Amino acid sequence: MNYLTDFRDQTQAEILLERIRQLSRGLPEINLMEVCGTHTMAISRFGLRKLLPGNIHLVSGPGCPVCVTPESYLDQAIILAEKKNVCLTTFGDMMRVPASHSSLEESLTRGSRITVVYSPLEALELARKSKQEVVFLAIGFETTAPAVASVILLATRKKVKNFSVLVGHKLIPPAMDSLLLDRQVKIDGFICPGHVSAIIGTKPYQFIPEKYGLPCVIAGFELIDILQSIVMLLEQIQKKDACVQIQYSRCVRPEGNEKAWRLVNLIFETGRTLWRGLGSLDNSGLYLRKDYRLWNACWKFDLPEMETSAKSSCRCGDVLKGLITPQQCPLFKKSCSPSRPKGPCMVSSEGTCAAYYRYEV
Amino acid sequence: MRKDIITLAHGSGGKVMQELIQDIFLKYFTHPALSVLTDAAIFKVEGKNLCFSTDAFVVKPLFFPGGDIGKLAFCGTVNDLAVSGARPLFISCAFILEEGLELSVLEKILASMKSVSSQTGIPVITGDTKVVEKGKADGLFITTSGVGLRLPGVKLERKDIQPGDKVLVTGPIGDHEIAILLARGDFQLEASLTSDCAPLHTLTEEMLRMEPSLRFLRDPTRGGLAAVLNEIVSGLNCGFLVEERLIPVRKEVAACCGILGLDPLVLASEGRVVAIVRKEKAQGLLSKILKHPLGKGAKIIGEVIPDYPGRVVLKTITGSLRLVEMPVGISRPRIC
Repeated sequence: MNYLTDFRDQTQAEILLERIRQLSRGLPEINLMEVCGTHTMAISRFGLRKLLPGNIHLVSGPGCPVCVTPESYLDQAIILAEKKNVCLTTFGDMMRVPASHSSLEESLTRGSRITVVYSPLEALELARKSKQEVVFLAIGFETTAPAVASVILLATRKKVKNFSVLVGHKLIPPAMDSLLLDRQVKIDGFICPGHVSAIIGTKPYQFIPEKYGLPCVIAGFELIDILQSIVMLLEQIQKKDACVQIQYSRCVRPEGNEKAWRLVNLIFETGRTLWRGLGSLDNSGLYLRKDYRLWNACWKFDLPEMETSAKSSCRCGDVLKGLITPQQCPLFKKSCSPSRPKGPCMVSSEGTCAAYYRYEV
Repeated sequence: MRKDIITLAHGSGGKVMQELIQDIFLKYFTHPALSVLTDAAIFKVEGKNLCFSTDAFVVKPLFFPGGDIGKLAFCGTVNDLAVSGARPLFISCAFILEEGLELSVLEKILASMKSVSSQTGIPVITGDTKVVEKGKADGLFITTSGVGLRLPGVKLERKDIQPGDKVLVTGPIGDHEIAILLARGDFQLEASLTSDCAPLHTLTEEMLRMEPSLRFLRDPTRGGLAAVLNEIVSGLNCGFLVEERLIPVRKEVAACCGILGLDPLVLASEGRVVAIVRKEKAQGLLSKILKHPLGKGAKIIGEVIPDYPGRVVLKTITGSLRLVEMPVGISRPRIC
């Protein structure tokens, strides 16, 4: 199988689109939420929204880790970056996200040391070679948390004392639950994130069909993956038989990656945390367990708790909930653009606003 | 966020860089030759049309598969002159060397520049060197400038572009940027891929000889095809429609893009030309280019349309349309 071409095969795509057209007949307006930012990007890049029947809507969800990271987290990161003996390491996407008053990119021009890395392991390696304190900005969902957990474990074993992480990890299923509890949000099914699910499997989504009677399909990121997932969701809706299905079976097993998830549970515990746009949600954040506090940047540097100020007319929050499309935000394409982002959805390469700005005709 | 400082985004070839040039540089430098913002200035001296261009190179790493900073610096200026319709005559180069740089590294780079110079018959006729303290430059930086003589009968004016014209690219895109990314070793990915870095003046000369009424030429360097097409179409009363399935991309580049989440359309090439050509001349020109050693993978990738004025629109593999935006600065490694 050729992974570069077969999942973008036009003939297959046409067959699936025809099936979607058949299934959509007789259905009311249907909102399917793609939770994950990578799906949002792929959907826009393939121009999928315009190909679907008029009553089938793809609504973008809160699944971009950069977008849901609150200003208060970035404020703490900037405090760290501007400490004398600290080298901050981060995924590149975080550089331009607006904090309360500044951004990491701007902090860099004031002379702070910030290095873009591609994995937490790289940050640990940097620490081992350096005399400075190296801090890694650990953001992301269930996908990135195992890598951070394994690096913490490695740091413990190798006694790397000049390494720590500022944890901002978040969990996807609690966010989905909060969206479903929100009466304003109308969702008829979920395109569930592929890589998050590769770690957690199907079980954490079971409450969605059970409690809300809504279908879930775990999807891959290519054209054929997404179209097939829409077919599977519509079939469930037609049959009125909601369950959690895996379309992305080449990566996702029903039980997930148990080893990775055990590691996450060994290093982290869950707790209430703040999401940009969604507010504070129970059991939706990961925190380093006490045994590992030596590697917790908050503890090590005694960082103050930061307040997040509600401000500006940026409606990223409503975009993240799927309540409005980016075009409905008063700032979109006016004062907010990828070169001058006002909110996180415009900064991140996976942000909904950036996807619409960049791709939607 | 503060807007009063330079960030890496200003060097990325995208929108932020354009704004820097438009809003800051053009405030101070106002010669009419600058106003068209092409790769080289075009002016008349004693009845002859001359082209003059300059370019600075800060690529990291200094050596990469298919080239090095020296070859890149030489070809970069040659190509800027070439796509302006000129035959390059002379090159100058200035070196900023970092204290501690090994002489053998410098010599290797100079040998590489000499090799392109001999191969093209374009001499280096003046230069300069400066040394800065350790830590103030990454090994070495090179600035090259070049003078060329514009070929007779060449117009290459953006305003002549009309609906119906074809958009052509002379080979697969993105090889250079992916080769650089891999050479840095950050991703522990390997591919049998070399940079496409090459002097393009013989190719452009052949194209212009065959078709002097070529509407426009440009080399898709920083910001890739997306940036170049947007620059060309900006302010025109027509749009570009390019077809995703027609755009040549090597499978190694496509695979790396897939893994790293990059869009091939914004990746830099250093040995390709984008041409806008009259519809009835397009096929003939394409066959000619395909015979040139540097035009092996050439393709017609789209056309000029009356709709979407000033915009670049991509027909995706699903047949639906999406915008191709001017890339906004993202800080990827230094590629040129």
